[in-house]
Amino acid sequence: MIAYYLRLALRALRNSPVLTALMVLALAVGIGASMTMLTVLHVLSGDPLPGRSAHLYYPQVDPRPLAHGGNGKPEPPGLLTYIDAENLLHQGKAARAAMMYQGYNVVQPPAGSVLHPFMVNSRLTGGDFFSMFEVPFRYGAPWPAADDAGAAHVAVISQRLDRKLFGGADSVGRMLNYGGHSFRIVGVLAHWRPVPRFYDLDSSRYGEVEQVFIPFNTARALDISVSGTTNCYGKPGKNLDTSPCGFIQMWVQLDSAKAAADYKRFLVNYSAQQHAAGRFQRPSNVRRDDLMQWLAYNHVVPDDVRMQAWLALGFLLVCVVNTVGLLLAKFLRRSNEIGVRRALGASRSSIFAQLLIEAGMIGAAGALLGLLLTWLGLWLVRQQPSDYASLAHLEPAMLVATLALALFASLVAGLLPAWRACLIAPALQLKSS
Amino acid sequence: MMTPRPILSSLRRHKIAAFLIVLEIALAFAIVSNAVYLVIGRLQRVDLRSGIDERSLVLLRLATAGKQNGSVASAQTDLSALRAIPGVESASAINTLPLSNAQWGLSYATHPVHNFNDGVPAPVFFGGPELLKTLGIRVLQGAAFQPSTYRDLTPKDFFETFVSAHQALITEAYAKRLWPHASAVGKVMYMGETPVLVDGVVSNIIKPYISANAEDPSNYYGVISLFRAGPDMHVWYALRCPPAECARVLKAAAAKLQAMHPTETLIKQESFAHMRQRYFRNDRSMAWLLVSTIIALLGVTAIGIVGLASFWVQQRTRQIGVRRALGARRIDILRYFQTENFLLATVGIALGCAAAIGINVWLMTHYAVPRLPIVYLPIGAVALWALGQLAVLGPALRAARVPPTMAMRAA
Repeated sequence: MIAYYLRLALRALRNSPVLTALMVLALAVGIGASMTMLTVLHVLSGDPLPGRSAHLYYPQVDPRPLAHGGNGKPEPPGLLTYIDAENLLHQGKAARAAMMYQGYNVVQPPAGSVLHPFMVNSRLTGGDFFSMFEVPFRYGAPWPAADDAGAAHVAVISQRLDRKLFGGADSVGRMLNYGGHSFRIVGVLAHWRPVPRFYDLDSSRYGEVEQVFIPFNTARALDISVSGTTNCYGKPGKNLDTSPCGFIQMWVQLDSAKAAADYKRFLVNYSAQQHAAGRFQRPSNVRRDDLMQWLAYNHVVPDDVRMQAWLALGFLLVCVVNTVGLLLAKFLRRSNEIGVRRALGASRSSIFAQLLIEAGMIGAAGALLGLLLTWLGLWLVRQQPSDYASLAHLEPAMLVATLALALFASLVAGLLPAWRACLIAPALQLKSS
Repeated sequence: MMTPRPILSSLRRHKIAAFLIVLEIALAFAIVSNAVYLVIGRLQRVDLRSGIDERSLVLLRLATAGKQNGSVASAQTDLSALRAIPGVESASAINTLPLSNAQWGLSYATHPVHNFNDGVPAPVFFGGPELLKTLGIRVLQGAAFQPSTYRDLTPKDFFETFVSAHQALITEAYAKRLWPHASAVGKVMYMGETPVLVDGVVSNIIKPYISANAEDPSNYYGVISLFRAGPDMHVWYALRCPPAECARVLKAAAAKLQAMHPTETLIKQESFAHMRQRYFRNDRSMAWLLVSTIIALLGVTAIGIVGLASFWVQQRTRQIGVRRALGARRIDILRYFQTENFLLATVGIALGCAAAIGINVWLMTHYAVPRLPIVYLPIGAVALWALGQLAVLGPALRAARVPPTMAMRAA
């Protein structure tokens, strides 16, 4: 029976090729636009560290002076001062913890190289950064804890920098001149691009990870300047580390719900203790978001992308309404044929099924063309200048979703016209023709 | 124009189809009016005036390893050498530029405050009289600085020095924000508890990083402080040149700097126009995306109207024949379908207006989108009326060609 309906539907579609083509095209354009934008939204709002993100937390305390006239923001600042970060690192009970900031400085190529000096970003952090975020290594390994404590002149470099400086060879043990200082390379990262670049939302949120990693203590000892945001809420002194200025991001790994609750209590106690000592003026004001909460709290997905997704869904809605109208016109034009079939004994449900199959075929064609348009749309997105552009690729899950959406949309669009058409009274139609 | 009565009674017999056309027009209207407004917002940003002489400005930047002694002095040597290049009218070392995306900000208040953030944030530009000349900034009130009172900024004591300037020039917009009713010249503003004397008010220059809303007055907040800095503070060298000679000047300046610093790299050498282009490229691509969506959406709506209208014409062929046989002229039939479409579009537009305002209110609460000006609604209405008329023209002309004999033939 299904095969017969399919043949009937195909015949009906061939009878009005222009109308059919217009319906398929309109549906495909709607599917293409909405799936392109939803794919971008899906990529950008994903979990950068699936499986681990639930155990990673971003602690915040509030060392700011009391606000004049209550115009201060109620939420604690996003960046920690050096003093607070050090205290949290040493006093907090976390499985792993790393404080960090971003630098921007010159790489002096090795002697004899044809390269000119060039600027790269660096992440100045603790060795736990690599184990906590499970950063993959191509050569070597993270520096040991002793190098953190001893402020050793060691560095981990990205695969890209390794290619640029050493042609992709195992450069472990070689020297890197960064910011006018020499560092012994202990590791080379394999490809790693968490999306979003969650650990530092103050700089390029969907950019690539830094090319040089140096121990935090080494960077402070060498006074490598902060290239990210520095927010001072009081008068800074000569030394940034003792100034009332936030510039440090910190992540801690808390493996159980109990550890997470304990850490929250620790933050509250720490604030109270600092308050009692006179360093904090505000009553305890802390946060401890897990990774996904932190991303949501910072509205990490760009507003543009969200608006584009809504726009695309509105567009799809228009396309579906349009398909409803065109299918209605198409089905009712065949009132005579349907009347004859009803008179010859076809039941309402079989007419209904046949028309829905016809709608489904349009949906299937629209889906295939829509998939092509999605692919084209994503290609167009990749040509855009934004830093997330290169991430817009079609994933298998979204591919299946595209096909399902198209089929679903066309069937929904077919329901009303098919229902309307199967109400046609057989006798009336026979009489009028 | 014909009376709408017969049209309405005929539409009553085609409720679903009429409803679908109304719905399509309403949706299209609601989405298109908001999208057009977003496009205009983007284009307004792209067209924002920077307040500096854009066409006579080129920029260069040296990459310097770490902290150097004498970086400020080295910058002064570089600047003198650059000034010697024919065509260079003026040269300055500056920490940031309008639309450069690199913001150095402080907050100032009209009274002393404990919290450094308790003021009105503004970007700080380093420079003195030479900077005003290079960028083409005019002093509106008060006086420019005396060149002798510069302070040097180095990474070593950057923060301490940066927050302790004692005099400043501020932009007109910032002056108006701090002292809405009085002249700012000679007034004291406070960076935390440090008093800063306002020496003069200068013409507005746009911030290094502007807000999403083109009309936000804070886009032109700015403070100019008397600092000198060198390559270790990542300064830019800004050169003023006659627009026609800027390309040559940039090339000559790059060659000269490279010759003076063989072990360092020029990481930037570009015209200001180029930097501006880069700053707004996201807005431009977003505008393109919105425009293509609008066109596609209008196209789809038109297809829908054509489809339903042709179906109607086909369904009513016999009635049209009867009307023609009873004396209706071709133009009457044409007018009939045009009026019908106009009525449907009007209902759709009325519903669409409500939806457009609803969508705008929703966008305002969730995103940084300003209120939709009411003028967009009539513009959108005219556009959709025109679209409807255009779409129905084909089917209506086909209807008008139905011969009177059709009345007999079909029966």
